[in-house]
Amino acid sequence: MARKPSNLLYASSHEWADVEEVGGDKIATIGISAFAIEQLTDLVYMDLPKAGKKVVAGEEFGEVESVKAVSPLYSPVTGEVVSVHADLPNQLDDLKEDPYEFGWIIKVKLSDESCLSKLMDHAAYEKQCSEAG
Amino acid sequence: MAPFAGFEMPIQYQGIVAEHQACRTSAALFDVSHMGRLRFDGEGAEELLDHLLTRRVVGMPIGAVKYALMCNEEGGVLDDVLVSHLQTPSGSQYHLLVVNASNREKITRWIMPHLADFPKVTMSDRTALTAMIAIQGPRAVDVTSRLFRAKVDSLKRYRAVITDQFQKPVIVSRTGYTGEDGFELIVRAEEAKQVWENVMLAGRAAGFCAAGLGARDTLRLEAAMPLYGHELTEQIDPISAGLGFACNLEGRSFIGSQAIGKIASDGPSRVRIGLLPEGKRPVREGCPVLDDRGEKVGWVTSGAPSPTLGMPIAMAMVNASIGATKADWQASELQIDNRGNLQPATITQLPFYQPKEPKRSE
Repeated sequence: MARKPSNLLYASSHEWADVEEVGGDKIATIGISAFAIEQLTDLVYMDLPKAGKKVVAGEEFGEVESVKAVSPLYSPVTGEVVSVHADLPNQLDDLKEDPYEFGWIIKVKLSDESCLSKLMDHAAYEKQCSEAG
Repeated sequence: MAPFAGFEMPIQYQGIVAEHQACRTSAALFDVSHMGRLRFDGEGAEELLDHLLTRRVVGMPIGAVKYALMCNEEGGVLDDVLVSHLQTPSGSQYHLLVVNASNREKITRWIMPHLADFPKVTMSDRTALTAMIAIQGPRAVDVTSRLFRAKVDSLKRYRAVITDQFQKPVIVSRTGYTGEDGFELIVRAEEAKQVWENVMLAGRAAGFCAAGLGARDTLRLEAAMPLYGHELTEQIDPISAGLGFACNLEGRSFIGSQAIGKIASDGPSRVRIGLLPEGKRPVREGCPVLDDRGEKVGWVTSGAPSPTLGMPIAMAMVNASIGATKADWQASELQIDNRGNLQPATITQLPFYQPKEPKRSE
């Protein structure tokens, strides 16, 4: 079943989170939005954390580089990285084609669910993007 | 769009890589109107410019264009410029200096006191009255030459002519900043849009596209052309920057010639080199360059992923001991401190990209 952008939560820094209940834990799959990828264009490099790393909502967990610039990746949630899409940095063209399904970056086991309340729904995020115009 | 030296500049239109590749395979159009254009008229103009520039300006034939540097007494580079000697259809002659946008005010202030020594020379800043369009790529010349009254496809590299495009006066110069063949046009500001559209229309079938500052930067980096503020500053002399070819030191003196002459004979303390960082991660301007013992020997002046080579490339200023010759390079493995990660890099011959011979028009 394909992940739908309209069902995801978004940070103002353009990362998305898909939160699921897995065996009593809340697991958030994290990626970056199609809008962000379009703005960055021509991705050439991605630096990812290792599984086990603790991440904090609003803090940097990795980097993505386009031809022109380096952009930090900010975690939308607080918790521990349980899985990393290790092949993604070698398939950045595919990330561009499919940012929501193929293009997941990390999975995080939440340690604090209160961070979710700071995220936007799809409608609010779309509004932010259209205002950034 | 991004503000740059008082202009709103496009970083990209459809994407840096696509624009870059269009320039390498067909042609790209750049709006480079932000570049400063200073016109010098009157008796003594060539002597004035000869005094200010590292290249011999006295005796430049009509239609000649030269790349030159303007330096201070210490030999530090104030700007890198193109100087042209032009003649209007009515027969009046003048010199044109194209300077970097970010340096235009500094350069006009620098020239002002020297103008007083040449009472018949006038300097007029034509930047706001004119626009500048670069057409760069292997198809640039054969596709667009027919738009101009003069036979511009027979212009040699670093030659310019004043002609017109459908009655609109235009300076056509066979120069550029991409490593490709092509033209740079200077037109009246109010006619720029029409000239741009004419060129675009002529090039549509050939795949011409508009390109922004982003592609301009990756193109010039592959061609190892220096960018002011990066490979050139007031703290860098032309010899260290590898621009000795742009200094005519024999039998003349100009501002900075003594200092530059001494550096040329003693040898520079630093040199500009090309680096190929290992892996995929681009290195960026300012990253320290370390030798095999971890000692800092220089810094990256420009770095980006090369769209043509598909790998990161960089230019750096390093201690001269690192490498004037290829034999030295193999002995010294360098590393780049890429924001805390040490990335090995090999030194390579510049440029990273060699332009092909200009295509003959059919």
